[in-house]
Amino acid sequence: MLVFLLRRLMQSGVVLLVMSLLVFVGVYAIGNPVELLINPEADQADIERTMAALGLDKPLWMQYLIFLRQALAGDFGTSFVHGTSAMQLILHRMPATLELAVAALLIAVVLGIPLGLWAGLRPDSPSARAIMGLSILGFSLPTFWVGLMLIMLFSVQLGWLPSNGRGASTEILGFPASFLTWDGLQHILMPALNLALFKISLVIRLTRAGTQEALLQDYVRFARAKGLRSARIVGVHVLKNILIPIVTVIGLEFGSLIAFAVVTESVFAWPGMGKLLIESINLLDRPVVVAYLLTVVSLFVMINLVVDILYSLLDPRIRLQAQAG
Amino acid sequence: MSMQQPILDVRNLQTHFVTSKGVAKAVDDVSFSLQAGEILGLVGESGCGKSMTGFSILGLVDAPGRIVGGQLIFKGQDLLGMEAEHLRRVRGNQIAMIFQDPMMTLNPVLRIDTQMIETVQAHQQISRAAAYDRALEVLGDVGIASPAERLRSYPHQFSGGMRQRVAIAIALLNRPDLIIADEPTTALDVTIQSQILSLVQTLCRERQTSLIWITHDLSVVAGLADRVAVMYAGKIVESGTVESTLKHPLHPYTQGLLGAIPALHERGRPLHLIPGNTPSLVNLPAGCAFSDRCPQVHAACAVNPAVVEVDDAGAPHSVRCWLIKSQMDGAAP
Repeated sequence: MLVFLLRRLMQSGVVLLVMSLLVFVGVYAIGNPVELLINPEADQADIERTMAALGLDKPLWMQYLIFLRQALAGDFGTSFVHGTSAMQLILHRMPATLELAVAALLIAVVLGIPLGLWAGLRPDSPSARAIMGLSILGFSLPTFWVGLMLIMLFSVQLGWLPSNGRGASTEILGFPASFLTWDGLQHILMPALNLALFKISLVIRLTRAGTQEALLQDYVRFARAKGLRSARIVGVHVLKNILIPIVTVIGLEFGSLIAFAVVTESVFAWPGMGKLLIESINLLDRPVVVAYLLTVVSLFVMINLVVDILYSLLDPRIRLQAQAG
Repeated sequence: MSMQQPILDVRNLQTHFVTSKGVAKAVDDVSFSLQAGEILGLVGESGCGKSMTGFSILGLVDAPGRIVGGQLIFKGQDLLGMEAEHLRRVRGNQIAMIFQDPMMTLNPVLRIDTQMIETVQAHQQISRAAAYDRALEVLGDVGIASPAERLRSYPHQFSGGMRQRVAIAIALLNRPDLIIADEPTTALDVTIQSQILSLVQTLCRERQTSLIWITHDLSVVAGLADRVAVMYAGKIVESGTVESTLKHPLHPYTQGLLGAIPALHERGRPLHLIPGNTPSLVNLPAGCAFSDRCPQVHAACAVNPAVVEVDDAGAPHSVRCWLIKSQMDGAAP
């Protein structure tokens, strides 16, 4: 287990290094941020002074090495725009994004698994067909458009829910959280639903396929031959088997939820990391972009690790191999 | 024995599969009855409907299959007319089933204790601890060493033979009156097979449990069963006591099956075989389904033969074949 963890850590170290290099070069290639930051009427001397202050006058390879040395010491640079530590900017915004992603994941699981089970148990019923039809819509409609439609319906037409922002939040363990207040819940509902839409469809399809496959297995027929009630057969024998692939995919998709949050956060003006990223890209604020991507990649690595552990908890066959190996 | 009320009476059972290619009559007009404590061997090739007969009795036929006719009288009640909840209380309680592949029948992600306790609690209002004790006891009965430890294991920690013992233990949990065993030894080694056979035989004899043993292996039936029924293309073509049926087979198909068993004194000579393949159930020959493979086919076989009762030195024996019918008619006058 320790060897496994160490190997994972080394792999992710390499990934982080390569990724930072790519982003560094990429953002450099787009243009010079000073042209966006400084007063257009500034003279050449002013521009050069600003570039020297930001370290942009040095050759790219030297800039990168300076960044690496500082990053190893825990300093990911200072935002060109905000003048504060890039990593602090991101960590400040991270709880909002994580809250949104977790809420979306919960919605996807709570709606997706029962709907998928239902569709898998009665594949020919009209309700199952309706569920599958809607899941195709969930897959194919663009997130930003659905977001706008949600705002049109629930904020503009009906006036039930606020269209943007995060609402009141309370502190939990030092982090702001909005799901404990009514105002916060109202604010998070629409963005979370919007973000969850694609995942709901995914979970429905996975659950349905898994259910249909499991129902054909001998162990389900044996469970019926034992005279078990159908609730137990579906709720224990079928569900526990299909949870294995579902947990894997959902876990991996949690990373993409954080990534996709960029769109949803922009539509609903949700003050998370994604919105910060878009703003930073627009202003070529390289330290923030690099720090954001490093954070997201680290999150991905951590999520993968958690998924592996969960997986072994669900499947006894894997647990045994891990003990032996 | 025949004076008693039979524990199970199957009358003209018909299970059909409606597919796009036509109607497959997997079980077509099957009748037999079983006394308490009696062991019936149900024999036939793959796809002859023997397993489907077993599933039909338990009401476990999956769509597109459907029981379209007949009666299943179990201890005086008709299983076919039963409500789903009533039938559930019979399944696994009064009638238990053992499946063919022990690797597939136990749920891979649930511990053995979970799978056994739930079977007891599905039928009896008893505590988990009492159900656990019962599981422990039965696991010991089927010859599993240190059952308490094994109860905490997962199926993949058992060998095939051990898994089948667990499946048998699960079948025995609620002391059923009837066990349907669907080729439970086919997937196992010959040595394990004989262990399982003698185990089941002993347990059934001790408890007066009736047993339907579905198999393609006539030698298994010879050692285990009291009576045998040979199935071909959804129909029972011959049935009688093991003694009478295996010593004096009347139907050309039964004769072919017995002839196909390689014997030591025939070493080096070509093996006997029944020509042709098991027919597709959607596309059976008209009349006797065996007619296109039968070495003694004649004009009468174009019409479906009726069941003929033969008396083999006092042992009841019945067969569906025109040859026997004409022999009997010829002998009678």
